[in-house]
Amino acid sequence: MMSDLALYVHIPFCASKCRYCDFLSFADRPGLINRYMEALADEISDSYDEYGDRCVSSIYIGGGTPSLIPEEDIGMIFERIRAVYDLRPDAEISIEVNPGSADSDKLAAYRSFGINRLSIGLQSANDDELARIGRIHTRSGFENTYRAARECGFDNINIDLIFSLPGQDKDTYAGTLKYVLDLKPEHISAYSMQLEEGTYLYEHSDEYEWPDEDEDRDMYHMSVRMMGEAGYDRYEISNFARPGYECRHNIVYWRGGEYLGFGIGAASYAGGSRFRNTEVIEEYLRGVRCSESTRLSEADEMSEFMFLGLRMSTGVRRSDFLDRFGKDMDEVYGHQISGCVRDGLMCDEMGTLFLTEKGFDISNYVFAKFI
Amino acid sequence: MDREHIRNFCIVAHIDHGKSTLADRIIEATGLLTSREMQEQVLDNMDLERERGITIKSQAVRTVYKARNGEEYIFNLIDTPGHVDFNYEVSRSLAACDGAILVVDAAQGIEAQTLANVYLALDHDLDVFPVINKIDLPSADPDRVKDEIEDCIGIEAQDAPLISAKQGVGIEDVLEAVVEKIPAPVGDPDAPLKALIFDSIYDSYKGVIIFCRIFDGKVRKGTRIRMMATGACEEVVEVGFFGAGAFNPCEELSAGMVGYITASIKNVKMTRVGDTVTDDARPCAEPLPGYKKVQSMVYCGMYPADGAKYPDLRDALEKLQLNDASLNYEPETSIALGFGFRCGFLGLLHLEIIQERLEREYNLDLVTTAPGVVYRVHKTDGEMIELTNPSNLPEANLIDYMEEPVVSAEIMVNGEFIGSIMQLCQERRGRYISTEYIESTRALLKYDLPLNEIIYDFFDALKSRSRGYASFDYEFKGYEKAQLVKLDILINREEVDALSFIVHADSAYERGRKMCVKLKDEIPRHLFEIPIQAAVGGKIIARETVKAMRKDVLAKCYGGDITRKKKLLEKQKEGKKRMRQIGTVEVPQAAFMSVLKLDDE
Repeated sequence: MMSDLALYVHIPFCASKCRYCDFLSFADRPGLINRYMEALADEISDSYDEYGDRCVSSIYIGGGTPSLIPEEDIGMIFERIRAVYDLRPDAEISIEVNPGSADSDKLAAYRSFGINRLSIGLQSANDDELARIGRIHTRSGFENTYRAARECGFDNINIDLIFSLPGQDKDTYAGTLKYVLDLKPEHISAYSMQLEEGTYLYEHSDEYEWPDEDEDRDMYHMSVRMMGEAGYDRYEISNFARPGYECRHNIVYWRGGEYLGFGIGAASYAGGSRFRNTEVIEEYLRGVRCSESTRLSEADEMSEFMFLGLRMSTGVRRSDFLDRFGKDMDEVYGHQISGCVRDGLMCDEMGTLFLTEKGFDISNYVFAKFI
Repeated sequence: MDREHIRNFCIVAHIDHGKSTLADRIIEATGLLTSREMQEQVLDNMDLERERGITIKSQAVRTVYKARNGEEYIFNLIDTPGHVDFNYEVSRSLAACDGAILVVDAAQGIEAQTLANVYLALDHDLDVFPVINKIDLPSADPDRVKDEIEDCIGIEAQDAPLISAKQGVGIEDVLEAVVEKIPAPVGDPDAPLKALIFDSIYDSYKGVIIFCRIFDGKVRKGTRIRMMATGACEEVVEVGFFGAGAFNPCEELSAGMVGYITASIKNVKMTRVGDTVTDDARPCAEPLPGYKKVQSMVYCGMYPADGAKYPDLRDALEKLQLNDASLNYEPETSIALGFGFRCGFLGLLHLEIIQERLEREYNLDLVTTAPGVVYRVHKTDGEMIELTNPSNLPEANLIDYMEEPVVSAEIMVNGEFIGSIMQLCQERRGRYISTEYIESTRALLKYDLPLNEIIYDFFDALKSRSRGYASFDYEFKGYEKAQLVKLDILINREEVDALSFIVHADSAYERGRKMCVKLKDEIPRHLFEIPIQAAVGGKIIARETVKAMRKDVLAKCYGGDITRKKKLLEKQKEGKKRMRQIGTVEVPQAAFMSVLKLDDE
């Protein structure tokens, strides 16, 4: 039986570019939205020949700012997806929403398309911090959106946070966490700020006060502690959920499941290859799709199994490795595993390997060993 | 052509006063080359030389000049290296000449190298006449410069040609002055062959090409020649003279001429600069005076960044040495850096040139250790060893005393900066000798300075403390007793041999502290805390600590873009490969180099 697919749809438009953001999105080309949505629909249709026989178990509309797009266009995308694919009845269907860009009508429309999960980008509940990173909403704007979503009946909501923001300290971050936990969302993502080359904050980094590495870790550990006490489990490095609300779409990425990405720059993994669409919107509008494709060797797949699986707090199981590759994990990675266990970065219990708290802090150091 | 119509001369100048440009103009004006054929600077034909704007190896060119008196003269223009590292080579080039053109910048006037070079020329009994260059500059003051030349050097300057080599102004006056003021060579063509080697290069087709000046006798194809100092004997294959950038064979070289000899010699070590070439069948009684075997003044360890490239480095050094008799190397092993070579150089510039050539021409990635001078270690048992690698320093209880090389330095500086330059010299353990005022605003400071205090960054410090105005020259003086100690660096309590160096006891703490600070920035955080310590004689004098790594996370893994994430991890892993393992600590190659530049701040 063919395995299920996850679908990702990329909406590369924003009202304005946030200062930390290096994702593929445009704040200055609203004129292209119509043509882009048509091209997206085309791409979804075109995928029928190769993947039309597959069932879809999750859809994620990300960006950019998907909520910036008129709801009819989003509806049209869903219509197209349903025309091409069978959706599992319990499919997880998420859309990213920016505070202030979705009113009750829009949210109600989302529900009518079958969208059952919202991901709202709050980033910080401190208005000064929000302004510093170039967010165009405030805490109260967020709260309106959140309440409207609950009123519309959304019962699976994620709130995105970033910590280690310029000018942030443990106290202000604790305030943000407390505020969010009081709202009782089902899921919280808390990402450590990453300065990416080419972003505004990267270019102007010396104009800001940045938390140092130690403060960053303190904030992270505080997240784990406070959310744990409130009933949220850290199931992945940056992701926390109440039981049963782990994001199934993201788990597909980490567990080596297959997914298709639609839209510019979107990444896919299917049929043993990783491929990726062009990042040039003009090309995409002309019908150009895939720009790079890599067929994974068995060694690549084993390495991904390890470093993606270890992102999750349940880690990787020896029996899964053996089932998938027909090889003993220790034969391939015995040296790395024993080194990490010795250094207190990994636990090896009941046939499962998972990161320790220290391992989470320096997970890249661990992952690089499996490359 | 008879000897009366030959002029053998060179150009001496301070750096940047226009020596190479004037040489180019002379070659142009004598018509051997069209302007189109001229490369920017014909005499400097190595890329590196052109980029740095300095002349590294001396070369010669023969041109023909039709003088105002209607007669044709052969000009042999011998170019001389312009850096103190190559002083001996300069002296041999000067010995091959009968006269010299002194070029002085019309705005800057006399500088330290002007004096050093002109005295060197006068020491070799050359007839020197001045030309004043860059008269096109708005700040040019030829009359003042003329007076300066007469006052300071004591040569007639009132009728010195006023020229602009850059704009080609006054060049013919220079050519006429060469004819009039530089004497024709003397010498007996019938006496036994006596020729001075002033340079030699290795050519893969012809073997070694000897550049020489014939003082007596003749040499032609078939002559069996002997190098009197090295004893090497070979039969001459070809003789000739130098076109611009070309070798033009001829029948015979005879007394008074400048040209080249090839004789299927395989290594420039056999044809050392300053040696005398004679006829093996009919040798001259005495060699020419002044021959010295050049000594390496500065040593450092050179290691391939990738240990597997060791044979490549060895081959490259072998090839470079074919052309550079002053480059020395010996294999050595470092615990930290593996297999490499201890290399000896004439000076820091020479070191940098070799390093760049290894990296550029041979595509090698190098790790070099801190350059040091040759110390003399007198042991209690009376034995003296010349120390080129700090790691070989005997135990303290076996050392009676140590000596370090000292140079006599001359620094030309404007009055307003005398104070700060004197302070610099004091900081570098200089011994004040004298101050001579050239004119009311400029002075010549004389100091004796330990060589190891000037090989790193003295020149830069000099420039920055005089806003670029001070100029500097030095020559080796001798060895002097000094209170020297070996400074060791410990990373995670392990001594790193490649980072040890010899330093004066008084500056050990300061240097040790700076090294620790620098290394702290270079060594990435590990899982554990890493102490970096400086020690003298086993006693720790400074410490910094690299804190344990607390964070190394890629928080976001967006939209399933695994490939990008993997690339980041691959890069991280690749970086690790380029590290050197010191015990359990991974040290980037750059760390070894960074400690060479402690005084940047």
